[in-house]
Amino acid sequence: MNSITLTIDGKSVEARSGETILDAARSLGIDVPTLCHHKDLLPHGSCRLCLVELKQGARSQLVASCGYYVKNGLTVETDSPRVQRARKLVLEILFASLHENTDIQRYARRYGVSRSRYKRSLEYCVLCGLCVRYCQEVKKADCIGFVGRGVHREVAWIPLSRYDDTCKKCMDCQAICPTGVFPSNWGMASPAVES
Amino acid sequence: MTDDGASAFALVDKIINRYGGERGTLIQILLDVQKENRWLSGESLEHIAERLHVPLPRVYEIATFYKAFSLTERGRHLVTVCLGTACHVRGAPTLLDRISRKLGVKSGGTSSDGRFTLLTVNCMGCCALGPVIAIDESYFSNPSNSDFDRILGQYK
Repeated sequence: MNSITLTIDGKSVEARSGETILDAARSLGIDVPTLCHHKDLLPHGSCRLCLVELKQGARSQLVASCGYYVKNGLTVETDSPRVQRARKLVLEILFASLHENTDIQRYARRYGVSRSRYKRSLEYCVLCGLCVRYCQEVKKADCIGFVGRGVHREVAWIPLSRYDDTCKKCMDCQAICPTGVFPSNWGMASPAVES
Repeated sequence: MTDDGASAFALVDKIINRYGGERGTLIQILLDVQKENRWLSGESLEHIAERLHVPLPRVYEIATFYKAFSLTERGRHLVTVCLGTACHVRGAPTLLDRISRKLGVKSGGTSSDGRFTLLTVNCMGCCALGPVIAIDESYFSNPSNSDFDRILGQYK
C-alpha cells in the first residue's frame, strides 16, 4: 500500500492512497462535522460542512474534505478561523431551513449559531442527497431522484408507482435522512400513503 | 423494445440509434427529441431510459435541470422576450405585457391555438437591439403592436 504523509492541524499523519482528508482527520480523532457523508456512499460534497483549509505557502483554499483525496505534503487546517467562518455561514443557511434536527443543532451550538439571517423556510429537505444516493448505490433500486434545479430542486419518486412496488418494503431512505423528518415529507409527496 | 411499441417511438428510436444507443449521449438524445417534438413527454423519457439502461430518475434529473428541455407541450413557435438588464431598462417589461396580452398567455404559457409558447430569457447577447424578442430563430427589435401583428401572421 502506498503510504502518504500529510500534515493535519500541525500533526504529521500517515494515510493510505485513496483515503480522503476527512478519513485521515477522523483517524486522528478530529471531529469534522458532516451531514451528507456516509461511509457506504461515494463522496457528494453537497453540505459543505466538512470544509477544511488547504495551506499552500502563502495561499490557502477551502475544500470539502469528504471528497478531497490525500496527497503527499498537504498541509490541512481543520479548525482555522477561515474554516470556522465558512462553517458558520453554512450552518446559518442550514439553520434557516430546519427545525428539530439534532445533528445540525449540535453543530450550530458548537459554532455559536443560534439564529439565521436567512428567511426561515418550511422546507425540511437540505438536499444532501443521502436518500437518493443510498437508493442508487446501496439498494440499487433507483426509486427516487432529484428534479429541478436551484431553489426548485427537490427529491421525488420517479415514477410514483415505484412507491407501491418497491419502496413500501424498504423505507431505508427514511432512516438515513439527517433531518429526521423524511416520513412527513414522504406523506406529502406520495398520495399513495393513506392508511 | 417490442414491435408495437416501436411505432409510437419511431422518432425517438431513430435518434437513439443515430447515437449508437450509448448512455453518454443521453443529453444529445434529449436535445434532439426536444427539437423534433418541441417537448419531452413522460413516455418518451421512459422509453429513452429503458433503451439506454439509465435509471429513470437520472433521466428526469437531467431533463428537469436544463432550461432547454420542456416537460410540457409547447406551441409550434417559441416567442422569447429578453428581460436582460439592457432590455429591461429599455422597456422590456412593458413589451412583455403587450405581447402577453396579444397572445393571451402569461410567460411560460402556450396560446390556446397551440401556435405560440411565450418564454422569457435573461439576455440574448444583442443588447443594442433592446428591447428585443425572438420568434424561433428570428430577432425583432422593439416591435410596435402593428409590427407584432404582422410578424405573428408569418407563423402558422
